[in-house]
Amino acid sequence: MELTTVWFALIAILWIGYFVLEGFDFGVGILLTILGRDEPERRAILRTIGPVWDGNEVWVLVAGGATFAAFPEWYATLFSGFYLALFLILVALIVRGVAIEYRNKRGDAAWRRRWDIAISIGSFLPALLWGVAFANIVGGVPIDADKQFTGNLLTLLNPFGLLGGATTLLLFVTHGLIFLTLKTEDEIRERATALVLPVGLVTAVVAVAFLVWANAIRGDAISFAVAVAAALAFVGALVASRLRREGWAFIGSAATIGLAVVSLFWALFPDVMPSSTDAAYSLTTTNASSTEYTLTIMTVVAIIFVPIVLGYQAWTYWVFRKRVTVSRASVEP
Amino acid sequence: MLARWQFGITTVYHFLFVPLTIGLSFSVAGLQTAWYRTGDDKYLRLTRFFGELFLINFALGVVTGIVQEFQFGMNWSSYSRFVGDIFGAPLAIEGLLAFFLESTFLGLWIFGWGRLSRGVHLATIWIAAIGTAISAYIILAANAWMQHPVGYVVNDSAGRAELKDFFAVVLNSTALITFPHTIAAAFMTAGAFITGIAMYRLLRTHGEDLPFRTAAKAGASMVLVAGLLVAITGDIQGKIMTEQQPMKMAAAEALWQTEQPASFSIFTIGSLDGSKDVFSIRIPDLLSFLATGDLNGKVVGINDLQAQYQQSYGAGDYTPNAPVTYWTFRWMIGAGALAALAALWFLWAMRGGRLPGRGAVATAILLPFLPLAANSLAWMFTEIGRQPWIVFGLMGTATAVSPGTSTLEVLITMVGFTLLYGVLAIVMLGLVVRRVRAGLPEATGDQGLEHDADAPLALGY
Repeated sequence: MELTTVWFALIAILWIGYFVLEGFDFGVGILLTILGRDEPERRAILRTIGPVWDGNEVWVLVAGGATFAAFPEWYATLFSGFYLALFLILVALIVRGVAIEYRNKRGDAAWRRRWDIAISIGSFLPALLWGVAFANIVGGVPIDADKQFTGNLLTLLNPFGLLGGATTLLLFVTHGLIFLTLKTEDEIRERATALVLPVGLVTAVVAVAFLVWANAIRGDAISFAVAVAAALAFVGALVASRLRREGWAFIGSAATIGLAVVSLFWALFPDVMPSSTDAAYSLTTTNASSTEYTLTIMTVVAIIFVPIVLGYQAWTYWVFRKRVTVSRASVEP
Repeated sequence: MLARWQFGITTVYHFLFVPLTIGLSFSVAGLQTAWYRTGDDKYLRLTRFFGELFLINFALGVVTGIVQEFQFGMNWSSYSRFVGDIFGAPLAIEGLLAFFLESTFLGLWIFGWGRLSRGVHLATIWIAAIGTAISAYIILAANAWMQHPVGYVVNDSAGRAELKDFFAVVLNSTALITFPHTIAAAFMTAGAFITGIAMYRLLRTHGEDLPFRTAAKAGASMVLVAGLLVAITGDIQGKIMTEQQPMKMAAAEALWQTEQPASFSIFTIGSLDGSKDVFSIRIPDLLSFLATGDLNGKVVGINDLQAQYQQSYGAGDYTPNAPVTYWTFRWMIGAGALAALAALWFLWAMRGGRLPGRGAVATAILLPFLPLAANSLAWMFTEIGRQPWIVFGLMGTATAVSPGTSTLEVLITMVGFTLLYGVLAIVMLGLVVRRVRAGLPEATGDQGLEHDADAPLALGY
């Protein structure tokens, strides 16, 4: 297999890691004020993602860095082209990160309420915009002969892009709900469980519409089959949640997100950013890539360190495997 | 131009938090190690007090770092296309090797009190600290390549620079000397932070917050030792810089005409544009020594270098902004030296159970800001001193920006980031002040610390 193909696959894996992991903490962030009715509950909800959300976010940094290293032209066109969308994502991630870390640094309710809003919006925006961005990558955007994106923010907000945004947003909310059923107890757990099915059904309709549309634009039998597998995994997740098999439900929603990303990347290959101006201007795994030498070095580094990272991140989840309890005793009203 | 301002603002802002993160992570790890070894509650209380301040700082370091990773592509897409084959790899490797390590193990440290065994828990903060140092090395190697490009060839048909020798890039002489300079500066920054805060608390409580006495002494010693290392590595760096980027050294002194031996001016009133100085205090031969290691060494001036560069690179202006490089260089050294003096004074004044007098409160408050200022000035110096190049001798900064992004778009993001960063700086400073006012937490052992979310200084949430 060509090294460029290996790196295309590796970047897909990094995005899968990012969406599966940060997906649930985006979902938890969006649900914070909806499911957490008072301060002890909200604190418990945040503690479910506390030890891991920052590590989850690193996946996107590595995905960005790997794109820069392996496909500099892709990185340059994508990041300069989707300029304002990425700016909004960055602002949201900044505000959200600070909000999660700072909300409990002061005791007063007004301070916490402000940061709670920041966490919700800061989780909502990227959950939506990453989907918009990916839909546009797959659907194709105007790119000229110099590999320059020639549209603007409004170009990205087309119906297909927005449907992609709605898909990631809803998928992450469902994924977050299921994560909460797995990690909390009593009332929060009950409330989250009750929401999984209704939210999940809406999600299913939107996600299926998006994946069918995406596969109609570009895709083949395999990408379509993978999309069907994603849909089946999602049905499995909803059923497992109904049966109170929360671990299985979480595996199901994680698999849904992973398979959906695989379907999109499979449909995309060998392009990395198809041009809607002229197919000849499309960026591909070969015309956007680094040299063989750079890719070889990067491959060696990845083979050594990716398993190590997976190992210690998995260990973190093991350490914090217990359900989080709401502690009411210690909180001032 | 706007893209340059944006990079300058976001990078200098990011780097306010970075040295503190590096220095404080090791300091907190050291304090916790002291507690682990002695079992003395004093160290546990200090660990949690400074650990809290460390986390408040770390949060901003992390989120502003995401911008750094993205803005090469956003604002500097031509640069990214030209150097991506070389410059992208360190960024990816930094994420894979360092960012995962820092964020994952800090998460374990924050929420692992009383859940992990004490030894394992201690290991998590050390691993996170080592992660910060790895991160520093890799990103400095990337920057070193811009200062002193090595291990590449320019492929004209592909229109880009390509990597030929990965280890030449990783072991770039510029990186090897910049790293100890930066790490020493980070320890100096953390030392000044700890000393300033500990001394402030000591003076406010008339010496009753005894653990802070230990912290102030340790911090001040750290400032002095690290300060010495900063000076030594800075000196070596100056000589390497004179070899690799003579224009930067000439601009640092605003030395227009070649001199042998060259004197160093501590202070100049005048325009620094090559016309006559109004007034300046000069030390004979010092510049020769700083630049070449020889009191009688020849230091080439800006005018000769400009002529030489025009021959090599064609017509153009190859002179960086001399007044800015001149003053940032001096203020950097001055701020660092002042911090070392303050630390020396504190150490002297604390001998045998004493406390310094009234003037010390203001000094204690000012002290943490001195190395922070020196760090920022150092980056301004080294980046502005490289201009007009983005990659020295290879690519001009003006040709590196994204051709497709409009001025309005860059303006929106620049104003957006600046405002957001300003607000966050105020919030962060407010939190630090609150924590310092609250003083040391009571702590009796680490059991149950994280199970009671309102325990004094619970680090989690």
